[in-house]
Amino acid sequence: MRKLLKPLVFLLALLPAGYLGYRTYANDLGVNPAETLQLETGEWALKFLIITLAVTPVRRLTGWNRLIQFRRMLGLFAFFYACLHFLTYIVLDKYFAFGEMMADVIKRPFITAGFVAFVAMVPLAVTSTKGWIRRLGRRWQVLHRLIYVSGVAAAVHFVWKVKVAIGEPVYYAVVIAALLGFRLVWQLRSARSVRPHRVSA
Amino acid sequence: MLIKAVPAIPSREITDEQIYLRRREFLRLAGGAAFAAAASPLLACASEPSAAEPQPSGPFSKAQLPLAGYKEKAVSTDEKLNTFDEITSYNNFYEFGTNKNDPKRYSASLKTSPWTVKIDGACSKPADYHIEDLIKPIQLEERIYRLRCVEAWSMVIPWIGVPLRDVIKRAEPTSKAAFVEFTTLLRPSEMPGQHTDALNWPYVEGLRLDEAMHPLTILAVGLYGKTLMNQNGAPIRLVVPWKYGFKSAKSIVRIRFVEKEPKTAWSVANPPEYGFYSNVNPEVDHPRWSQAKERRLPRFFQDHPTQMFNGYTEVASLYAGMDLRKNY
Repeated sequence: MRKLLKPLVFLLALLPAGYLGYRTYANDLGVNPAETLQLETGEWALKFLIITLAVTPVRRLTGWNRLIQFRRMLGLFAFFYACLHFLTYIVLDKYFAFGEMMADVIKRPFITAGFVAFVAMVPLAVTSTKGWIRRLGRRWQVLHRLIYVSGVAAAVHFVWKVKVAIGEPVYYAVVIAALLGFRLVWQLRSARSVRPHRVSA
Repeated sequence: MLIKAVPAIPSREITDEQIYLRRREFLRLAGGAAFAAAASPLLACASEPSAAEPQPSGPFSKAQLPLAGYKEKAVSTDEKLNTFDEITSYNNFYEFGTNKNDPKRYSASLKTSPWTVKIDGACSKPADYHIEDLIKPIQLEERIYRLRCVEAWSMVIPWIGVPLRDVIKRAEPTSKAAFVEFTTLLRPSEMPGQHTDALNWPYVEGLRLDEAMHPLTILAVGLYGKTLMNQNGAPIRLVVPWKYGFKSAKSIVRIRFVEKEPKTAWSVANPPEYGFYSNVNPEVDHPRWSQAKERRLPRFFQDHPTQMFNGYTEVASLYAGMDLRKNY
């Protein structure tokens, strides 16, 4: 049963992509199919980023340490959906016009933020293997704090993207702020206590 | 029942000679029955709600009244039209929510009958018009226009409406009237988006008087041969095809002639991003995205080049000598 859990989470995490694929095939993406794909993949990237960021706080609060076994997979799914999201921009919005994309990234803060969120995830995905964890040792922990950058940049990207900042983008930003705030409070608390502690992502 | 005179208007204005002389141009109903002329064809609801009849539950269950006697393709294009379903399923109408499918989902309960449009401000013939009285003296025309949203998508839409200039002329604006201000209905009980502070309610838009008088500017009351759906701004909305979509105020209850540039909803909400003019212009980017290309829905790719003034270059003379980068 325990062995089945991981494949089960894997399949669940793949469901949104599968459903989007089906909707594309069935021509069921609405009047602006490109926008639907872009919004859905972006939101799922953000959701998985949030789920990944929630693993440590939930472990701390509940003591349910087995959760850690899913963290890498969840993080990689955040990257997977971020890749799909980035692809919708490259192909559907810009159709490989790399000059225009460069201009966007430089000139447009909301795209800059999205780009930062994505780029920050790349080294995390690359170094997610056992080999890299071993090779980097303690530096792996430090490197993987880049997910905080990604989380903040992704939230900012969504809030800046909409014309009026109400509803969903704000909710996501609040959740990410809470998850990072939890870590900050934890750090401050343990810094105040004298005992040495290990930094944890 | 709805065509009775409004007490506030002196009778000489209601039987205005000009209107009387144009009586042959009055819109005709399907079938042309004279009796039907009294049945207020422009109401979105097919009949007065009665206790015995169940209320319609969704936009498509609501009968759309056919419009007839309109001049077909008074302005047209050879581009492919968007379907009725596309035009009525993907809307920006923040009074019903900020998602594109919110207006279709949440606008069914909006009552558009009876509907009065107040025309006032700097004009010699201010009046409150029942919508039928406002439109009836003017020949309805089909205008097939491109609609370019500021969000870089576009559609091609067969509106039915009347030139705004004909409505304006009847009001006889005075020399003080430099701008025209349009106000959308404020009714939070039927417009759930007005419970949020997405924008300042009511929605206000504006045009310079010469823009409002341009023959391309219309008050639309119909779409695809029928009266407007609520999500498209029933029962009466502005359509200014060379400007970004948000300039075309929906569900209008007031048209006011003013001396100063009106404070429009989007320019109040975000002054650096939305100016008063908001002419479609591929060379002036929105601060957050390029306006050079558009996605002609329902296409996947954003590869349709955006044209200056949305292709309606005949309006260029309105802006002669103006810096359109500053006056965005």
